[in-house]
Amino acid sequence: MSGFAFDPCEKCEQMMQPYLDRVLTEEERIEAELHLKGCSYCRKRYRFEAEFRQFVRLAAAEPMTPELKAKLRALRTPL
Amino acid sequence: MSETSPESSPRQLATDARDRVRFEEEALQLSDQVYQVARRLAGSREEAEDLVQETYARAFRAWRSFEPGTNLRAWLFRILTNLNIDRGRRIQRSPDMQPLEENDYFLYNKLEESTADQNVDERRVVERLSQNDAVLALADLPHDFRDVVLLVDLADFTYSDAAQILDIPIGTVMSRLHRGRRILKRSLAESAAEDGGG
Repeated sequence: MSGFAFDPCEKCEQMMQPYLDRVLTEEERIEAELHLKGCSYCRKRYRFEAEFRQFVRLAAAEPMTPELKAKLRALRTPL
Repeated sequence: MSETSPESSPRQLATDARDRVRFEEEALQLSDQVYQVARRLAGSREEAEDLVQETYARAFRAWRSFEPGTNLRAWLFRILTNLNIDRGRRIQRSPDMQPLEENDYFLYNKLEESTADQNVDERRVVERLSQNDAVLALADLPHDFRDVVLLVDLADFTYSDAAQILDIPIGTVMSRLHRGRRILKRSLAESAAEDGGG
């Protein structure tokens, strides 16, 4: 603990998820980006988070089989 | 009813058929995305395939209740998540309510701690995680949290779409998402420690 009542990195950390989800207010976004500009510690962690999200997405990806695709097409109402 | 003249009936039928075909084609175009989430909701590929087929069968039966111009993708995912709940998946332990002390930088800090080179690129840090561990960690998430994480992080729904799909308040979406992501990271940090410690 730094002993400061207000730690800008802690604030930045709290803004990371909403920042990446793009739900920060304009004001908050600017505040986060301003801090990130000058803070490599937080910048690194934001970049990691973006990479991490991509990683989870890739890990979870599993294409469906052509057989299932055909089965779904067969569920259509006959003309 | 009484206004339907005998001549307009075939035309009505033709319009109906055309709308229906269009609806079915549009819904089918979203099937990859539906499967993607279904696969992570279900315990196995077979279960996921059943779930997707049931979703489409129900969607095609209920096509008239879809309001054209509204969000078809959200409508389909609502059917999917409801069916998944009906499948009795609620028989599970109640959501993890232990306090999560980890903060949002937690996973990175953990991984960096065990890296000799502190200046390593973030991308290399991610590469230390195993995809298989991520799949297991997702499967292990308490289901209420997992639903939200899958809809937002995998299917790219907004908080408000996810709230509508799951019929829960948006504040609940946010808190479950927050918690679900942290639980996911905690379990990946644990797996990485085990994998790396061996």
